Amino acid sequence: MINCHYRLHSPKRIGIDFVEEQETENTVVVRPVYLSICAADERYYQGKRDPKVLAKKLPMSLIHEAVGIVLKDPKGEFEVGTKVVMIPNTPIEHNEIIKENYLRSSKFRASGFDGFMQTVVMMDRDRIIPYHKVEDRIAVLLELMSVTMNAIEHFNQYSHLKKQTLGIWGCGSVGYVTALILKKIFPNARIVVFGTNLNKLHYFQFADATYLVNDVPEDLTVDHAFECVGGTGAESAINQMIDIINPQGSIALMGVSEELVGINTRMVLEKGITLLGNSRSSYEDFDAAIKFLENYPETHEYFEKIISEELVIHNIGDMTKAFDADITNDFKTIMKWEV
Amino acid sequence: MIYAEILAGGVGKRMGNTDMPKQFLMLGNKPIIIHTVEQFLLVPEIAKVLIGCPKDWMGYMSDLVLKYIGTNEKIIIIEGGKDRNGTIMNGCKYIEDTLGLAEKDVIITHDAVRPFVDYRIIEDNIKCVKKYDAVDTIIPAADTIVESKDGKILSDIPRRDFLYLGQTPQTFKIKELMKTFDTLTSEEKEILTDACKIFVVKKKEVGFVRGEEYNLKVTTMHDLKLANAILEVGLNHD
Repeated sequence: MINCHYRLHSPKRIGIDFVEEQETENTVVVRPVYLSICAADERYYQGKRDPKVLAKKLPMSLIHEAVGIVLKDPKGEFEVGTKVVMIPNTPIEHNEIIKENYLRSSKFRASGFDGFMQTVVMMDRDRIIPYHKVEDRIAVLLELMSVTMNAIEHFNQYSHLKKQTLGIWGCGSVGYVTALILKKIFPNARIVVFGTNLNKLHYFQFADATYLVNDVPEDLTVDHAFECVGGTGAESAINQMIDIINPQGSIALMGVSEELVGINTRMVLEKGITLLGNSRSSYEDFDAAIKFLENYPETHEYFEKIISEELVIHNIGDMTKAFDADITNDFKTIMKWEV
Repeated sequence: MIYAEILAGGVGKRMGNTDMPKQFLMLGNKPIIIHTVEQFLLVPEIAKVLIGCPKDWMGYMSDLVLKYIGTNEKIIIIEGGKDRNGTIMNGCKYIEDTLGLAEKDVIITHDAVRPFVDYRIIEDNIKCVKKYDAVDTIIPAADTIVESKDGKILSDIPRRDFLYLGQTPQTFKIKELMKTFDTLTSEEKEILTDACKIFVVKKKEVGFVRGEEYNLKVTTMHDLKLANAILEVGLNHD
């Protein structure tokens, strides 16, 4: 069948490409309903990636956070109309030890191949998961939640048992989702959030405490820390975490930086700190995120708070408006897909 | 119920030196009409997809469906009429006689040779026909359209901002369409080749939805070359 792929051809220029899709028995056709813009998409859109990377990857459809409905399943396993979340990580091999999102051979939507900005998306059947009892505009945040689930699984595996105080650095969407999920999964832990924007920190009322990074009490310590900053702010954030964390604590790194980050390794050694690298998420992490939303329905209204703007998308002009609006939005920009 | 009818009754007089009706020519790896039918099969609200094609090509059409789509209970191949409206009426008649016709049943008619129609356009037609008995798909006219009644000098240059180009799908409440068509004289039937125009002439409201420039009609060899040029073959995970 012929499908429209809305691809970024060059920074700030989205065009339509027509693709004759190759369908197999394993292909489930999904119509996107909601898409959500991530900072990674925005970096491509604004041309803030290395020109060599852009030259290699574009043209490419952006967006790796999306939910939709099943339109066609040749095997009939998914009923037409089933609401599903689409998993961007696409492994091409199975490994007993290494998680699918860390396999170097895995491909990722809107990074290694076309993302979800398409009229319909050809999904492998093991890359979609049905969801129930969740509004679509909340479910579109599942990818973000799954990234936190991946980090928490890793954290549980490698961090020591004393988890009285958990520090989260970053007051953006990843920091918000991570703090909220940690609050529920570790109900006895004190959740402390560190950020640079007071207005955004006000959204974190569920946390036990919030601090501006330049106004942290001298005697404050945390047992473990989650870095949700990335970019140019990652370096100072990580070094502050190293300063504040108790000996043998774990630091879960979650923010992506384009530049190399200089960190105080002397103190990492002296305190015996464990640095945990985290990236993307797997099928199991999405599954865990869906179960989280089903088990904690009271969190839905909190997730809704970080939808800064919803735009209905009818054409390419609307798409560019959404990417432009996203730059000034505090949290997430989501697109209701009606193209 | 909502039905679609793919209008494939024509024999491609404009295509040039080919005997094959234009809807059967290859676009990428499949015949044009297969691409078109696939778009309608994807829309859950559509109960059946009728294909109205020339009598001599019904067997061929059936072979194409089997080869490229496989057995599909949604697809019904029927004989086309002697003209466009005849094919639409054959579709309506088939639904009435064979499938049973209810008051609010709808038919979405579409040119077989517009394979770039997309999900949004079809869904918009379905939404719009809830409000109107007839729906057209149109795009604003990009070029100035001029009129010449004698073929020698211009008789009028209408205001461009009032002008649109008609595409398909065109969607109708079936009973209303049949009733309105029956009021036409034989002469009117000869002249009114566009089904929506029947409603306009009879002073009935026709709603419209936004088409797309890319919803092009593959009518000439040039169109076919263009269509093939803009279509790329997708590779899984590439």
